[in-house]
Amino acid sequence: MLRQTLAIFVKDLRMEFRGKEALNAAIAFSLVVLILFSFAIDPSVEDLKAMSGGLLWILFAFSGVLLLNRSFSREQANDTLEVLLSLRVSPSALLLGKSLANLVFILLVELIALPVFGVLYNVNILQQPLWLLFTMLLATWAIAIIGTVFAAMTVNLRLRELMLPVIVYPMIIPALAAAIQLTTLALNNEVPTGDNLIWVRLLVGFDIIFTALALGLIDIVLVD
Amino acid sequence: MNKILASLAVVSALWIVRNLYVIFLQLPDEADQGAIYRIMFFHIPSWFVCFALFLTSGVLSAYAIGKRNFHADSLAVAATEVGLVFTSIGLVTGMIWARIIWGIWWTWDARLTWAFITFLIYAGYLMMRRMIEEPAERMRVTGVLSVFAFASVVITYKAIDWWRTQHPQPVLSIRTGGGNMDPAMEAMLYSNFVPLLLFAIVLVVLRYRQENNSREIEGLRRLAYSH
Repeated sequence: MLRQTLAIFVKDLRMEFRGKEALNAAIAFSLVVLILFSFAIDPSVEDLKAMSGGLLWILFAFSGVLLLNRSFSREQANDTLEVLLSLRVSPSALLLGKSLANLVFILLVELIALPVFGVLYNVNILQQPLWLLFTMLLATWAIAIIGTVFAAMTVNLRLRELMLPVIVYPMIIPALAAAIQLTTLALNNEVPTGDNLIWVRLLVGFDIIFTALALGLIDIVLVD
Repeated sequence: MNKILASLAVVSALWIVRNLYVIFLQLPDEADQGAIYRIMFFHIPSWFVCFALFLTSGVLSAYAIGKRNFHADSLAVAATEVGLVFTSIGLVTGMIWARIIWGIWWTWDARLTWAFITFLIYAGYLMMRRMIEEPAERMRVTGVLSVFAFASVVITYKAIDWWRTQHPQPVLSIRTGGGNMDPAMEAMLYSNFVPLLLFAIVLVVLRYRQENNSREIEGLRRLAYSH
């Protein structure tokens, strides 16, 4: 199981890094959206800090789904999903490997977009680096695991690119809401305490529950 | 079977008419809210019916994908569709109440937001069903989605405990231990829940039969084409 997971993970990374199609597109997309933000809001105001978490996570979620769409459609060109499954790769190893690869891809986009955001909008992103990293890891994992399961579910649909965001965004809202709150706190040099700890609990709980659900149900999605 | 369904529908209709009489002509206005509080007799039971239907849908979906049972799948989608109708009733009645009491149609507090998210997720579920033509694949994919979707129902239900919301706190004695509500009014609330649930069951059974028939027709059509 672990070896299979690792093999799938390495394979997906290698495939993506050879062409870098989806990654380049997602990075370019995130930069374009960063520019759009400057028209949507007045970039000079102090309020920007209070909105920074929301802006960032909308950006991350949007570019994340671009990458997730590729995750299973990548296998379609040569029907390699059937090959993998008939080679008795366990569906949960497949899901875990692909989710980890997607985690890496989305984190890469975030690590490029975040400093650019900091420079362009004059926000110091290194005030609470550990909390920021914690939030990014856990929330990105939430996007990756849910997104990968739903990418597997929508891969055969005609309107795949449209349906994936329609069902992924509402499902990940709890994690996104928590990430937005925690990121805003971290960018305002605050540590979550008291009432804000609910967001930490929500994020951790969300990750645990949905990772377990996803691993339990993926067999049904992939194997018939 | 048809006679049972029809009589259930008639019973629930008559029951609701009788309840309307009590609600409008016998119960007094509420002390703080005035006349508008009466919408609660439909708002709260609709949400109970909606939660019950989504729970049914989740359990049946899990059963359907576990046992590859198409009947459970049809029943699950029927429950979800009717559940979505009751979600809409709950949202709309809540918004009318909010317009009178708060002065606004909508506020982004946790309870309202998650109710809306739940609506969107189950609407996505129904959209997905229309896009997948192969019945076995449709059952697997949307069954899994339904199990996932139930999480948002749980969050909606618990939102008033987890966050400080503008939405009123629980008033029913099953949640608070009593003393928050006049017993006659609370009794009326339950009394309206029963006919609404009966009516929902009638609708679910009707939709279940249609869903079964359409799947059989689809299968026959495929068989005809293959010859």
